[in-house]
Amino acid sequence: MNPVGNGRGCEGLNRRLLAKTLSEIENRQLIPKRHEGLIIAFTGSPGVGKSCLIDRLIYEWSTTKTIAVLAVDPTSPLSGGALLGDRIRMTVLDEPELGKQVYFRSVATRESSGSVPSIVGDLASHLFSEGFDMVLVETVGAGQSEMRCAALANKIIVVEGPSRGDIIQAEKAGLLELADLVVVNKSDLPGASKVAHEIQSSLNLTDTAPNIVLASAQTGEGIEELAEKILLTKSSVKTNRARIRERILMWHENKLLHRENFDYVIKQISSGELSFEEGLVILSD
Amino acid sequence: MAGRQRIVIAKPGLDGHDRGAKVVARALRDAGHEVIYTGLRRTPEQIIMTAMDEDASFLGLSSLSGAHGHLFPKICKLLTEQGMGDVIVFAGGIIPESDREALYDAGIRAIFGPGTSTEEILSFIDEAVQKPSGVSVESGWKWQGL
Repeated sequence: MNPVGNGRGCEGLNRRLLAKTLSEIENRQLIPKRHEGLIIAFTGSPGVGKSCLIDRLIYEWSTTKTIAVLAVDPTSPLSGGALLGDRIRMTVLDEPELGKQVYFRSVATRESSGSVPSIVGDLASHLFSEGFDMVLVETVGAGQSEMRCAALANKIIVVEGPSRGDIIQAEKAGLLELADLVVVNKSDLPGASKVAHEIQSSLNLTDTAPNIVLASAQTGEGIEELAEKILLTKSSVKTNRARIRERILMWHENKLLHRENFDYVIKQISSGELSFEEGLVILSD
Repeated sequence: MAGRQRIVIAKPGLDGHDRGAKVVARALRDAGHEVIYTGLRRTPEQIIMTAMDEDASFLGLSSLSGAHGHLFPKICKLLTEQGMGDVIVFAGGIIPESDREALYDAGIRAIFGPGTSTEEILSFIDEAVQKPSGVSVESGWKWQGL
């Protein structure tokens, strides 16, 4: 019972220690050494079935690979708290043997903007150093122009579903263009193949269109093919520029967020002590 | 206020009622904590694994089915066995007065019945982080109410 890629698997892994270390990284008490590995991001609007698809895919992959999942949910901009609910969908964690081959961690966006906080890169680094073969990142439900996951992921899987608007939605620029592969989930529902068609014809106007796969996390239809195609998909060169751009933006945002006076300036502006412009001047010192 | 805590809210056993658990989860979220809700009908082993992987500092158990006397102490025991004796456990639901002493003995630090204010639960969290209150700590401390 150790079928795993690097031969280590999760056997002998101290999950408690791993979880504690990830907390320290998340709280920025510890900066892990860089470890590269395969990071696959799953992004798409809320409710298209990102969690359920990841659950199904883990059944396919975890017989040969050790997998960690970092599932991101939003932090409340008002209270700073979060309700992290992606774990509920993960039936694979309940499997007595398979569940042990998977590490699942819920991550709140905390102060970061965007659908993936930059800390996810550090968390993934540590997971790779612990011997995980791949890290799946589930982004916050994000629709059209949110591409922060490009800064961290080697492959971007955009999840779509039926009944999500007309063909013009697929013609709009944005996230879909960065996809290395598009899944149209809920293929058991009417309208799914129509959506796949529309996306296909829209993306085909460019020369390097990503694969589009119909699948249903509910029935399992198309999942095997999807699992295979995701692993075979190469991250395309055309998105390199966008990736670098997102990385730079992320770096800048981090610098701003970790300025000591950041919260103070927000407070001063909202109470009227400072004008917005005065606040900006202080923050750009 | 206690800093941001990671809190698992769990529904052990065959009990389909999670209104209370969701209200508590929501209140904790609104107080600035990170809350992981397990969903319904979890086994003690699944709950332990969730608390371990998510690095929870608090574990809230909710039961309205009458199985608390069996399930809650089992979860407390498993936590200790897994080296998670520092996790602080609290409980909620329909738990008769006569059952409570045994649960406190198992390491549960607070029991909240119907009608508890969310303010009381938040006060408990604030106080518990400052007390020796992990499930395997034999301090005898328990929440005395507001």
